[in-house]
Amino acid sequence: MYEVKVSAFEGPLDLLLHLVTKNEMDIHDIPMAQITTQYLEHLDQMEAHNLDVASEFLVMAATLIHIKSKLLLPRSDSEDDYDEDELDPRVELVQRLLEYRRYKEGAEQLATYPQLNHDVFLRPEQADDQSDPLSHEGQDHGPIGLFELVVALRDLLQEPPPPIYHDVSTVGLTIEEAIDRLVAKMNGHEQLLFKNCFVGLPRREEVVVMFIAVLELVKRHKCRVVQLNPRGSLYLYPLVQDQ
Amino acid sequence: MLNTEMSKLKSRLEAVLFSSDEPLRLERLQTIFDVEIDLLRCGLHELVLEYAQQNRGIVLQEIAGGFQFRTRAEYAPWVAKLNRTRHNRLSKAATETLAVIAYRQPVTRAEIEYLRGVDSGGIIRSLMEKQLVKIVGKKDVPGRPLLYGTSRHFLEYFGLKDLTGLPQLKEFSDPDDVTLSLEMDFDR
Repeated sequence: MYEVKVSAFEGPLDLLLHLVTKNEMDIHDIPMAQITTQYLEHLDQMEAHNLDVASEFLVMAATLIHIKSKLLLPRSDSEDDYDEDELDPRVELVQRLLEYRRYKEGAEQLATYPQLNHDVFLRPEQADDQSDPLSHEGQDHGPIGLFELVVALRDLLQEPPPPIYHDVSTVGLTIEEAIDRLVAKMNGHEQLLFKNCFVGLPRREEVVVMFIAVLELVKRHKCRVVQLNPRGSLYLYPLVQDQ
Repeated sequence: MLNTEMSKLKSRLEAVLFSSDEPLRLERLQTIFDVEIDLLRCGLHELVLEYAQQNRGIVLQEIAGGFQFRTRAEYAPWVAKLNRTRHNRLSKAATETLAVIAYRQPVTRAEIEYLRGVDSGGIIRSLMEKQLVKIVGKKDVPGRPLLYGTSRHFLEYFGLKDLTGLPQLKEFSDPDDVTLSLEMDFDR
């Protein structure tokens, strides 16, 4: 992922907040004409520096001009009942700025906290593949989500398959066959290492079929997949069937 | 309980905590030592104090509901020389996004982007890959957008006991305000 930073401003709200603070404006009573002019000048400067002005900045420019034009319209004093249109058009913007400022300050404080593996270190984790997962009984066998499963699948697919020189004929592994294999593998064992499900499957298609089989078993409540710690190995635990 | 027995318990606690890979919860320690939970609390408390007062290179900290030994932040430069990869600090944008998620969870991507004013999809993704953020559900509104929240690893990453350890935000406004204005935004 790569990101274009526009003169150190995280976004249009950040820029607006900067302008408000710099000019010592009252955030609850922002002079729209002044701030709109300054905001647009800033966008011009960005363009002058050959920076691509991100679309969010342009949307905010349009919003500012819209609010400014609304303020210029004469208010219909004749009507007694104030409907929503009579509200100060700046209200939403001010709300957003205040809200943004709170989180910005929270983030700045959070950034001063010591961060793991930068400021603070732990003893290196033991290679978890050797440790017996059952000894962790009572600890956080975190039930894992789809994201972790997908990451695990991606890791599998990244391991290059051994080259195949003679592509004779496709031996189609069906999901049902894969399920039968898994059940047989788990039979009599307390758990099965996720990676071991895929032993002896050189082809990507077969890895995918086996992965679907794992999902299918979870769906049928035949097993659950757990992870002992972040980035640790995944394990399949067969679930005991009562019937 | 005699003083010697307390110091024995503390030494045992120290040994167990040292050899653990993850923060150990009180309940887990109780199954190991089989003593009253108040005694454990007392022992842990004394250990935490001893490490803090003697200005040791490591500290005992309460992290994500458990106890864990960690190096003291000021010694990071030396520890990093021990052939360990020193990770970069989180970027400003990542910290800001993480803060929004931490304070507002469960929160949708649209809400995060409304609050920050910028597209945040890429940053959310990389926070998920760092396992600091996880999907916690789907919001019951049209489109059923994903809801994000912080993970257990987030607490470990910043050395927090729980979410109350986050920096205090200055003033609190009604979260409904934002939801309301969000809806108005979509109508337009």
